[in-house]
Amino acid sequence: MLSVKEGKMTKFQKKLLFILLGLCIITPIGIFIPMFFDAGDAWGEWSAETVKDLIGYTPAGLEKYSDVWNAPIPDYTMNVDDTSVVHQSGYYIVSGIVGASLTYVVMLLISKLIVRDEE
Amino acid sequence: MHIPDGYLSPQTYIPLMGVFVAATAIAVKKVRKDVSARNIPYLGMAAAFSFIIMMFNLPIPGGTTGHAVGSAVIAILLGPWAAMVAVSVALIIQALIFGDGGITAIGANCFNMAVFMPFVAYYTFKLFGARPAAKSRVFIAAFVSGYLSLVMTAVLTAVEFGIQPMIASAPDGKALYCPYDLSIAIPAMAIEHLVLFGIVEGVITAMIVRYFLKNESGLIYAFGKGGKND
Repeated sequence: MLSVKEGKMTKFQKKLLFILLGLCIITPIGIFIPMFFDAGDAWGEWSAETVKDLIGYTPAGLEKYSDVWNAPIPDYTMNVDDTSVVHQSGYYIVSGIVGASLTYVVMLLISKLIVRDEE
Repeated sequence: MHIPDGYLSPQTYIPLMGVFVAATAIAVKKVRKDVSARNIPYLGMAAAFSFIIMMFNLPIPGGTTGHAVGSAVIAILLGPWAAMVAVSVALIIQALIFGDGGITAIGANCFNMAVFMPFVAYYTFKLFGARPAAKSRVFIAAFVSGYLSLVMTAVLTAVEFGIQPMIASAPDGKALYCPYDLSIAIPAMAIEHLVLFGIVEGVITAMIVRYFLKNESGLIYAFGKGGKND
């Protein structure tokens, strides 16, 4: 998927694509380092249950809206219950590649719709 | 910094969605005018980069996590309007596919990280008046641009969280949405971004701008090149 329009790409652009792919592969750093330093959720991104633990109740609006959407790959993992760090790293890499490729392709399509050069 | 569903009241997320949609309409026109077709691959890569960089969670030891956004470097390299579109695409895919950031909060999250942040970053960078030849000045300008824009975006997000207890509470005084007010939200969000996440955004911004200055300096939008007429 990353090779869309590759024919028209410069050498420098291809190099950047490989760097992006490399970044996808090392994304599990984003799991390991927080784990090592015992850091949890981002501020304001707690689940409804966590908020209840923090303040003693679940705000009604939070309760109502928190499950409004069921994302196909929630939290960048295909199996939340899998406790294996190796498996979670794998899920994270796959999520990174799927998400970044999708973002790349969608942005290319949107850009082509927007930018209409007279060539 | 991805506000989930249920933290913002409709009085907050609906106007922010409106502002985001209006800004997008302007961005489409600006990008059409500003961006050359040969730079389309960069737009795609910029969006993908923003998506990936947000996966690198960094810890405040024993506390919360956060991450860089990438909006600053994209604004400097491709312009704030192109950055707006690119980062919005990343944020919307994060929300729809990965549940990172709420569906109802898409407008708010895009306004914060894809509209506000690239514009703060771009004009901060421009304020330094750095010319391409002055490499260390460019480096410093890019660092400050990344640092300041992320910190200010964190404060903006904290304001959106923190006003919720004021504008939407149950009759018994219990919070309906985000339960923390401004006096808690602003210090919490500001400090973690001042001491860590902002620095990371700054370093990433400075390093990538330097890399482009060396390899593809003609592209850099903030230097007034890379448009259709170069």
